[in-house]
Amino acid sequence: MLMLTCPCCGVTGEETEFTNGGEAHLKRYGPGTSDLDFEAYLFLRDNPKGVHFERWRHTYGCGKWFHVARCTMTLEIFGTYEAHVTTPPQEILAKIKSRRPDWIARIPGGGSE
Amino acid sequence: MILMGRSRMSEAVSALDGLVWDQGIARIEEVGPQGMITLRGDLGSGTIKDLATGVTSVDMPGQSEANCVADRGICWMSPDELLILCSYEDVAMNLQRIQKGLGDAHALAVDVSEARATFRISGDHVREVLAKLVPVDLSTEAFKDGMFRRTRMAQVPAAFWMCNDHMVQIVCFRSHAQYVFDLLKTAAAPGSEVNLL
Repeated sequence: MLMLTCPCCGVTGEETEFTNGGEAHLKRYGPGTSDLDFEAYLFLRDNPKGVHFERWRHTYGCGKWFHVARCTMTLEIFGTYEAHVTTPPQEILAKIKSRRPDWIARIPGGGSE
Repeated sequence: MILMGRSRMSEAVSALDGLVWDQGIARIEEVGPQGMITLRGDLGSGTIKDLATGVTSVDMPGQSEANCVADRGICWMSPDELLILCSYEDVAMNLQRIQKGLGDAHALAVDVSEARATFRISGDHVREVLAKLVPVDLSTEAFKDGMFRRTRMAQVPAAFWMCNDHMVQIVCFRSHAQYVFDLLKTAAAPGSEVNLL
């Protein structure tokens, strides 16, 4: 059971009140890009064991989208943050580093920091 | 801005026409026609606050709160949405007042009275009855008077607040009215006290 705190309305609820929206911080490759990039954007997703960034929607609450940083193995929630960012904010990264010192941040869409 | 009108050709009937059930550990009552206006916009703006408090004569609620007196009130729905409660007869007048007051502001006001159903459950076990249906901590320390919560009730969206310690008011979609009434009846079945809350 995940307990998520919506950064928009401040409500802390359990996961059935929310909807998972898949991996976060994807870079869109649209018309005019290579077929490989487009394929990766459409179909290829990370499936990490450990730290993961996801989009969630507070479906039964305020209805807003937001981001969640969590661990797929222990189900620990590192934090939630607003939807209108393309990378996780520093305080979330700091929180993750303090909890997972060995974790190497990967820039969304491949590559490493 | 669109003015949503209302047909005056027929008598207003709420979803379950005021159905009451009081054979269990709480009294369940479908509240007759209740006026509701959805007001969306920048809640930080003075215009929206003044209009909401002006038509309801109650104070502006804080985040996740509701201020209700009888059939009037303001419920905080989301960072950009308020639910304005008023008597069913006053909706057209209030809506017109809001539309006029909004002027060119980027905002939306719509009459949603017909889209919703309202329930009141009362009795000593209201917290318990509700706690069986919603994924929310309803202990007296966690859920206090004046708090407003949008969540799911079993499988449908619903919102509720405590009118007082022995009464909860619930708002759901009109098409879910029978489902919600049946749910509440089951949760309040005779002899189903848990005596936890």
